[in-house]
Amino acid sequence: MPFEEKMTWVSLVVTIAVPIWYFATMIGRLQTTPAADIAFQKPLIVAIVASVVLIVIGAILMSVGTSVTAVARGRKPEDEIDRKDERDKTISRHGDLVGYYVASVGTVGVLVLTMLEADYFWIAGALYLSFVAAMIVSSVVKLVAYHRGF
Amino acid sequence: MGKPTRVTNRIRALRFAAREMTQAELADKLGVTRQTVIAIEQGRYSPSLEMAFQIAQVFEVPLDDVFQYPKGE
Repeated sequence: MPFEEKMTWVSLVVTIAVPIWYFATMIGRLQTTPAADIAFQKPLIVAIVASVVLIVIGAILMSVGTSVTAVARGRKPEDEIDRKDERDKTISRHGDLVGYYVASVGTVGVLVLTMLEADYFWIAGALYLSFVAAMIVSSVVKLVAYHRGF
Repeated sequence: MGKPTRVTNRIRALRFAAREMTQAELADKLGVTRQTVIAIEQGRYSPSLEMAFQIAQVFEVPLDDVFQYPKGE
C-alpha cells in the first residue's frame, strides 16, 4: 500500500471518529437545552484541534510502521515514505476536487441557514458537517481510485 | 467498472525479458511506488508521457514497443 494511501486511511478514520463524538455530544445536549443556549464553541474547537493532532499522531505512527516494515524487507525507509509519484498526486487532486464540490454544496446549505437567521448552533454545526462530509467524500474517492484505477 | 484506459502495454513481458526485473526494481528505476507500476501494468493507470518515455528508456526500446493504442476506434 503506498504511503499516501495509508495517510488517506488515517485521515478518513479520524474524520469519521471525531465528528461522531462532536455530533453525539451535541445531540445529547439538545435533549435538555434549547439550541440557542448550547455552548457548542468549546467542543467544536476541541474537535477541530483533536482532528489535527490525531492525524499528526497517525502520520507519525504510520511512518514508524512503514519504516520498520521497509527495513525488514531490506529497503530504505525513505523510499517507502518520501516517494510520492505522479499517480499519487493525480489521485490526490481528483479527490480534493470532488471534496470541493461537496463543500460547495454544504456551504450553500449554511448560507440558507444564515438567511433564515438560524441559531449560531445550527450554522456552526452545518458548516462543520459540510467540511467533514467534504473530507470523507474526498478520502473515499481517493481510496476508490487507488483500488479501482484512475 | 471497466478499465479506465484503452492503452495496453507489454511491461510485464519486457520485465521478464530484462532478466526478470521485479516490479520493485522497475519502480526504483522510475522513482515511483511499486503500486504505480502494478497499476500501469494492469491498465488501471495511464502514465504521463514523460513517465512512458522513462519506462521505454529503462528497457531500451521505442515507446510503441511498450505501449499500444487500438487503431481506428
